[in-house]
Amino acid sequence: MDKVAINLTVNGRNRQALVPPRMLLSDFIRHELELPGTHVGCEHGVCGSCNVLVDGKAVRSCLMFAVQTDGARIGTIEGMGADGSLHPIQEAFWEEHGLQCGFCTPGMLVAATELLAEKPDPSEEEIREAISGNLCRCTGYEFIIKAIRSAAQKLREGNGAAQTESA
Amino acid sequence: MKPAAFEYECPQQLDAALALLNDANSRILAGGQSLVPMMNFRLATPSRLVDINKLPDLDYVRDAGDAVEIGALARHAQVYASNEVAQHFPIMKAAYEWIAHSAVRNRGTLCGNLCHADPASEMPAIMQVLEAQLTLSSASGARVVVATDFFKGSYETAIAADEMLTMLSISKPAPGTGWGFEEVAMRKGDYAWCTVAATLQLSSGKIASARVAVSGVDACATRLSDAESSLDGQAPDTELFANVAASAALAVDPADNVAVSADYRRDLVRTLMPRVLQAAVESAG
Repeated sequence: MDKVAINLTVNGRNRQALVPPRMLLSDFIRHELELPGTHVGCEHGVCGSCNVLVDGKAVRSCLMFAVQTDGARIGTIEGMGADGSLHPIQEAFWEEHGLQCGFCTPGMLVAATELLAEKPDPSEEEIREAISGNLCRCTGYEFIIKAIRSAAQKLREGNGAAQTESA
Repeated sequence: MKPAAFEYECPQQLDAALALLNDANSRILAGGQSLVPMMNFRLATPSRLVDINKLPDLDYVRDAGDAVEIGALARHAQVYASNEVAQHFPIMKAAYEWIAHSAVRNRGTLCGNLCHADPASEMPAIMQVLEAQLTLSSASGARVVVATDFFKGSYETAIAADEMLTMLSISKPAPGTGWGFEEVAMRKGDYAWCTVAATLQLSSGKIASARVAVSGVDACATRLSDAESSLDGQAPDTELFANVAASAALAVDPADNVAVSADYRRDLVRTLMPRVLQAAVESAG
């Protein structure tokens, strides 16, 4: 099938590509854009590891075709933080041991980014709900919840509030 | 785990989209939260995808006087958060607590969910209880089908290959209508093992206009007319609810699967239905 030209913004940078329609957004991000921070776990929308931000909303990149992102604004884990420094949400995951193997972490950070953009001071229930679509096989989730609560506080206190939008 | 090749069309106008549905192996791509996993597994191998995401003016949830209208591109997240739904259909809000996860609700559409007609899906049951009207459009015109006639079987609906569900219209319930919703699933967001939904009214202490539906226990979400006629005209009563639920548990035809047995699903109908009816009575005014 014919390739289709797409023009999109990824982590603030304009990207243009020719993609076959059947190429998943997750594969496009990893293999064509060479941004391997987006992890592919189940490839059928269950695990949440491949979550990215599309126009500010968390979506499963394994359940979208790259061709659908023409004109979209995509945010991946590589777009968090700046100049080698961690984003406050990443910092909080580091400090609170919100990861062990790290496989689920990019998807968790995307889920947390969306949550904290909408609810700067989420309850524990809201945090649990927000990450309910993301599987983690290491942490038992408790440290992730703690990390997101700590990240919320950091962001409320203005530590790097300006960076949230770029992710 | 990669989809088979397909031809991709992304029309900018509804007429152009409908014209592309002339081929029986064309599929509409809306939110893609059910279709794309099926394509990844190659359970679905459409030769052409008609992506409707760029069609204008279909992403509405709007008050239309006696009804609330929901367009083909209204995402679950948008419906879930809408004031119209919160105000008129608390039963939908309650169901949404059980439906998927935020990243899936951000993309998935309510209309697409209904067309997919998964046997364990909640909204097909809710739409039947609310007697929603579905506008099915094709290149040759449009027709309206009520939700109780729309669901035909497992992943099977009344929609023809060249039709698209363009709008859902849900009449606002009469004042004082009570509602109940209960579900059991392995985890919230997973496939329902059993969903029971009901609305009813109370007239001089007697139940009227009872509507009861189950999902997850039959080939598709189903209204239970026997249960409804056993309730109408009766005073709410624990024993009545237990009897209605016991009959319903025998009437449904669940299948065994690896996670849950048919007998257990019948038990869930028996257990959840009285709770749902009790909640409906308590919320009726």
